Amino acid sequence: MACNSSTCNSSGCYKGYVEEEQPKPNTKAAVNGGNSCQNLCVKCKVNEPVCCGIGGENSRFCKDCFKNNLYGKFKQAVTYNAMITPPDKVLVAFSGGPSSRVVLQFVHEMQYKAQKNYDANKDKSLPVFGVGVAFIDESSTHSFTSQHIEKAIEDIRLIVSNLAPPSKELFVVPIESIFSSDGIDGKERLKELLDAVSDVTGKEDLLSHLRILLLQKIASENGYTRIVLGSCTSRIACHVISATVKGQGYSLSADIQYVDSRWEIPVVLPLRDCPAQELNTLCSLDGLKIVELLNGPCSGINGLVSSFVKVLQEENPSRECTIVRTAGKLTPFHFNRVPEIHDSNVPSATRRHQKRYTLKPNGSLSSDSFCPICNSPLKKSNFPSSLRSHGSQQNPDLFASACSSCQFQILPKDPSLMEEFLSLLPQQMITKAKHGDQGNFSLLREQIQEFLFSDGENEI
Amino acid sequence: MEADSKPKKSGARLCCVCNQNRAALKRPKTLEQICRECFYAVFEEEIHQVILENQLFKPGERIAIGASGGKDSTVLAYVLSELNRRHNYGLDLFLLSVDEGITGYRDDSLETVKRNELQYGLPLKIVSYKDLYGWTMDEIVKMIGLKNNCTFCGVFRRQALDRGAALLKVDKVATGHNADDIAETVLLNILRGDIARLSRCTSIITGEDGPIPRCKPFKYTYEKEIVMYAYFKKLDYFSTECIYSPNAYRGFAREFIKDLERIRPRAILDIIKSGEDFRISTTTKMPEQGTCERCGYISSQVTDAFTLPDTL
Repeated sequence: MACNSSTCNSSGCYKGYVEEEQPKPNTKAAVNGGNSCQNLCVKCKVNEPVCCGIGGENSRFCKDCFKNNLYGKFKQAVTYNAMITPPDKVLVAFSGGPSSRVVLQFVHEMQYKAQKNYDANKDKSLPVFGVGVAFIDESSTHSFTSQHIEKAIEDIRLIVSNLAPPSKELFVVPIESIFSSDGIDGKERLKELLDAVSDVTGKEDLLSHLRILLLQKIASENGYTRIVLGSCTSRIACHVISATVKGQGYSLSADIQYVDSRWEIPVVLPLRDCPAQELNTLCSLDGLKIVELLNGPCSGINGLVSSFVKVLQEENPSRECTIVRTAGKLTPFHFNRVPEIHDSNVPSATRRHQKRYTLKPNGSLSSDSFCPICNSPLKKSNFPSSLRSHGSQQNPDLFASACSSCQFQILPKDPSLMEEFLSLLPQQMITKAKHGDQGNFSLLREQIQEFLFSDGENEI
Repeated sequence: MEADSKPKKSGARLCCVCNQNRAALKRPKTLEQICRECFYAVFEEEIHQVILENQLFKPGERIAIGASGGKDSTVLAYVLSELNRRHNYGLDLFLLSVDEGITGYRDDSLETVKRNELQYGLPLKIVSYKDLYGWTMDEIVKMIGLKNNCTFCGVFRRQALDRGAALLKVDKVATGHNADDIAETVLLNILRGDIARLSRCTSIITGEDGPIPRCKPFKYTYEKEIVMYAYFKKLDYFSTECIYSPNAYRGFAREFIKDLERIRPRAILDIIKSGEDFRISTTTKMPEQGTCERCGYISSQVTDAFTLPDTL
């Protein structure tokens, strides 16, 4: 995983501790004639540097090299993890912020290049992947003026329409659409649901779970095969700490990989190796418009973690990288890789390539069960409690099948309020609670599929 | 936690456990309102349960309590000897102290330990860096400055404890590391990229394959509750921080955890739970924690205590 800083340490030798707190290294002498490196881009050594990476003095780049460096990290993440292949239709989640602006830009540039190759190529066998953009309008959870939100949506439409050719479909979807009924009904229901959560952090987290469910819904209903998030190193570092603090150490490794296929539509994070600071710099260098939607600063635990990481970054700019690298050493789950391509239309070279680079599964396929609210994999010891309650009531025992973090910060403490809470949750979560254990059967079936005689099913 | 639903008697709050006495405090761990007697009872009982569930001790064992004179080790000595009596653990308890040679800190705290020896009736042994290694922490700091001295001190102290334990011929060493300490260590290891230590730091018993295993009976005990216990029981302890600690990196983690505890007290236990649950493969290539080639004590390489001085 590329990290610009030269102060990243490796663990083990005590020397690592001693050197760890050394002041940041001085600039090395330049290759040509001992000129001070201050005057030349560290990469091409030709142009004047205009900005710094997070390595400080050691990473002064000219505009082109800076951009290429970031784009290179993006491209490598996409290729190495087989995130996007020709037949894919990719939905980019766009929040308006700098990270999602950059990922949208990079995905567009990749698509544009692919289109040019396609046009120039006589052999039209490799189609160009499709790109769509989704913006989730959360104005019903805040008190923005409708003017403010309308202006923002207009700006977003303009950004997306300018990223053509190839043209991209834009979905502007209000968060309350997660409920099958929308309009006023949906707004009311969402408000009731969020009000029923007393913990501030729980409220914020529930909203983000709803967000991802809605993205899944949009992607699924419109034929998209991948969801791209602009999650950068900084955001992931914050997630590492906040997950640790919420007792979610077991499931943490599932959330921070390049690929997350536990969802119906796999979610990919191509900007995982890019620090927020560099993405911000790129936006200003390249004039990439950002749509600032002040969703309000995070409060509660999430806000505290984000201030904490900020303080650490100030003390050492490579801290975020170290945090993500440490968490990267945790064992991922079997779903942290793109699902195998069985489509015979995809060239076998691509399939072989994908096979080579996807993560090896962790031993035998573990039959995980998942929390119906946050979809985090549950540690095996949770099994007995959910099995005991399964099928014994009309309502699924949501409490028992949820992870301990959701049990504490999202679900109501008072059992008498549980039924009402269940009625407010979106259908997708309830269904998951009901069929949670059956997910394992399908996983088991996958393992023995080739040996089963099944009538009317196509064999591979 | 909700307050007791009984109608309040002209402002008096009742203990939520016994419902008889007036509540004297709010439990930092659970925010329950509780009276002193019930607090002592629940505090001691929780530790007793931790000892049982994790099988920390066996009858007949000789146990050295790492005693710094600070609140954690004083309360540990007090509670362990109390539980030993009450529940017939059948243990032989000793106090073991390490003198790092930090003027204005250690010399004062050692006086406290000497008083504890008399107050609790537990035999005391003191081992010093001066005797073991030939120099004091003050001398080391003069040479290397104020960064990284905690790393050196920690390594030396562990070995000093092992040596002292061997001299006392004990079977185990019990230290007063509390929940806050362990939560800080988990965070610290994430921040510093130390996956090897991350996998070990939440273990309640460590060093089982070495000369002297060590255990942490206070693993789930909140620092604030230890202070409360010591305060109400009027236990004798030395309450100043090491003079070199403001420069420690651990300070970042400590500040953060203090802020965290304010909004969500259970977060401290949640961090420990995360630490226990992290999926760290046993086949992950990690620096070996073997034994030192030169002296046989547990070490990552040739005992840091030997090589570290070479770097000085």
